[in-house]
Amino acid sequence: MSTYSLSDRIATDPGRSRSRGEGLLEWLRVFGPGVVAAIVWVAFGLSCLLWDDLGDWPRTRSLGIAGLVIAALAFVGTLGADRLGKAGTGLRQRVPWLLVLGAFVTLWEVATAKFAWLPLPFFPPPQAIIEVYTDDLPKLLDSVLASVKLQLGGYLIGAAVGFLTGVSIGWSRRVGYWVHPVLRFIGPLPATAWLPIAFFTFPSSWSASTFLIALATGFPVTVLTWSGVASVSSAYYDVARTLGAKPSFLVLKVAIPAALPHVFVGLFMGLGSSFAVLVVAEMIGVKSGLGWYLQWAQGWAAYANMYAALIVMSLLCSGAITLLFKVRDHLLVWQKGVVKW
Amino acid sequence: MVAHAVAVPITYPAVGAELDIERVSHSFDIDGAELPVLDDVSLIVEPGEFVALLGPSGCGKSTLLRLIAGLDKPRSGFLREDDSRIKGPHPSRVVVFQDPTLFPWRSVWDNVALGLEAQGILKSQRQRVDAALDLVGLSAFRNAYPHQLSGGMAQRVALARALVNDPKVLILDEPLGKLDSLTRITMQGEIVALWQRKGFTTLLVTHDAEEALFLANRVIVLSDRPARIKADIAVNRPYPRHRGDPYLADLRKQILGLLGLDATW
Repeated sequence: MSTYSLSDRIATDPGRSRSRGEGLLEWLRVFGPGVVAAIVWVAFGLSCLLWDDLGDWPRTRSLGIAGLVIAALAFVGTLGADRLGKAGTGLRQRVPWLLVLGAFVTLWEVATAKFAWLPLPFFPPPQAIIEVYTDDLPKLLDSVLASVKLQLGGYLIGAAVGFLTGVSIGWSRRVGYWVHPVLRFIGPLPATAWLPIAFFTFPSSWSASTFLIALATGFPVTVLTWSGVASVSSAYYDVARTLGAKPSFLVLKVAIPAALPHVFVGLFMGLGSSFAVLVVAEMIGVKSGLGWYLQWAQGWAAYANMYAALIVMSLLCSGAITLLFKVRDHLLVWQKGVVKW
Repeated sequence: MVAHAVAVPITYPAVGAELDIERVSHSFDIDGAELPVLDDVSLIVEPGEFVALLGPSGCGKSTLLRLIAGLDKPRSGFLREDDSRIKGPHPSRVVVFQDPTLFPWRSVWDNVALGLEAQGILKSQRQRVDAALDLVGLSAFRNAYPHQLSGGMAQRVALARALVNDPKVLILDEPLGKLDSLTRITMQGEIVALWQRKGFTTLLVTHDAEEALFLANRVIVLSDRPARIKADIAVNRPYPRHRGDPYLADLRKQILGLLGLDATW
């Protein structure tokens, strides 16, 4: 068996004209995935358009047309990638994913709407989820807005307090003496354990949830910031001191920048645990947000709404992490080999 | 003790400070036990002198430098810079360490600017940073980050970071110890040239007798720990010096003898 690539062929025998078989293989290597992706999406579109659903879903036709449009875009985009510049190369790189995605939705469509291999109310077909996005959009958007507001407030407070606490314990032995035991006692407790108490001690469910999200964020941020500040090499302080640095300079311009990589690990961990608290808080006490939407949908056995909300939630969480990593990459450009999210 | 003759200051601008080290002893606490590192060291360094401190590894040379820099306080004795007691670090006495210890989160320019920034005078004195970078020949790398530099370049940046403060005393703690031999030879020449141009008092810790003799106009030989001054040798040779100079070779033999290494000659 041999594999073909343009470069070896040129290297081994530049003068030989291509045989027909090799030309075809080369063509398939470049355009094959795009063409197959187009075929898969056509199959999906046709399965929606030509085949009657087992249930009554008004968006089947539109979804079928969308499938055909995606197929057309994949086809034209692949064949014309060289003329589309950067977008073309991007598409060519992602086209295998488009293929797998097409196969997945086709299978999903067939397994639910066409044959009901998966029990129906619990596993809605893709068109049912599209229907949620078109028909229940205002409520979903309200929920997104409420979740983002609650999360952002709690996270920012928790991150700020955690950062300041971490720097203080890392820097001052006296602060460490008093804060460290408290941190050890309260920090490892899952923030959700406070839920029942928080909801009746705080004046509103919003303030209770903000507090819990801040708590969930604050603990990892504090610990990581602290360990970051504590692990700064004393050589940096020696250098700065001989150059005339005062203590405030040592904290702000030496300790904090040196600790920043650790701080971002803490912010990342805090973000993860705060999502969990957000959803639980919304499910239990807050009367808005995506967690509440999920709970509400479950009450009405509106399973399509639950999946739709889950997808939105996943996009939001992933988006938040992407944003955090972008900020980190911007602030830590000086580091070698940072992980790309 | 070998007699020493103070040379030099006349020909150089009077920027350098005098250092007066008087009966300094120091020790460390290691697991409750006291480990003496400096034993009654007295030394006067004239303004503008280039003094090399030579001694076996771990003898306490670097400790003496930290005391002079003001990073640590001696257990007994006094240190003075131009008649004022050394109580803590001051930008008139800057140190270049064995590791460049550049701040990895700052660009080369920002690293060099560190001292002026710490003293709060950077805004009005930005040209001094450019000049210091020029002096070490790294103007083209002003925006690079430390991880992009070679060992020799990083040490040059560390040198520029020290020189930008126009120090009266430059303290070099084996700054060339980790460089490859070619870079080392080049930078030895550069250090002499900078010292001659600027006229600061220079203290160099090294365990390389040849380096000490090539650079300094006075070599202090220290004993094993706890360090004591074993010999104070004047090197009356004009610059630029030649490595093959028989006079220096003779002194080198003498110094290695003092360090108990004559068998290798």
